[in-house]
Amino acid sequence: MKNNLQFDFIADKEKNTLTIRREFLAGRQLVWDCYTKRELLNRWFAPKPLTTKTKSMDFREGGHWHYAMVEPGGTEYWGWTEYVKIKPIDYYTTLDAFSNAEGEINKDMPRADWRINFTDKGKNTLVETIVTYQSLADLEKVIQMGMEQGMMATLEKLDELLLSINK
Amino acid sequence: MRRDIFQAIADPTRRAIIALIAVQSMTPNAIAEHFDTTRQAVSKHLKILTECDLVNQEYQGREIYYQLEINKMKEIDKWLEQFRKIWEKRFDQLDKLLSTIKKRKK
Repeated sequence: MKNNLQFDFIADKEKNTLTIRREFLAGRQLVWDCYTKRELLNRWFAPKPLTTKTKSMDFREGGHWHYAMVEPGGTEYWGWTEYVKIKPIDYYTTLDAFSNAEGEINKDMPRADWRINFTDKGKNTLVETIVTYQSLADLEKVIQMGMEQGMMATLEKLDELLLSINK
Repeated sequence: MRRDIFQAIADPTRRAIIALIAVQSMTPNAIAEHFDTTRQAVSKHLKILTECDLVNQEYQGREIYYQLEINKMKEIDKWLEQFRKIWEKRFDQLDKLLSTIKKRKK
């Protein structure tokens, strides 16, 4: 099913920001819930074939989400997201981090600031995600990490699989 | 001597230099003006960045300009493309979840 929902993905290398906008066929409260309730977040966050596993989540200012994206083979990629500011159902901001299963933050890895805005677009909802890295060098390091962890390889394999199915 | 990219970005001054020349190519003097360290120290950092293949030099008249290596930038583009795909997939999954919830409510 292909639809005509708005999708923008804009990288600003001078400001080290990524802006991602996407429209959803649902009201703002429902979309907000899907982003902020663990049982719903678990059902969409990790791109297939990866799955999402939440170890702990406390959606409040100063709270956190400790989760893993899990490969079919069992490899886990742990992340720690700190909730900074929350204004339901308009926006929330976070500070992300790489971590381990124990929730210890990897201090060698750069952290990025996230802001997620929710606005009405007719009956639909527009979600705008703005990711800000401290510097281009930080972004380089995240890329390096992604490649070393093999996560990118997993996704490339998925692309190949999708291509072969579509043929 | 070939060094790896981690060495390049391990130092805060080098990270700052990368951020500076990401916007536009600059001469060593212009770069040094942004730092409290000596011109020699900046030159040393530039040498390491060059050895990491992260920057290259371009001669314009008598001046040398340092610029960010385009191929390294391409790595970033490649990553961005992967990142974009991750988000596309995520959003497709969220579409399905939203429609499932809406149907159940009816």
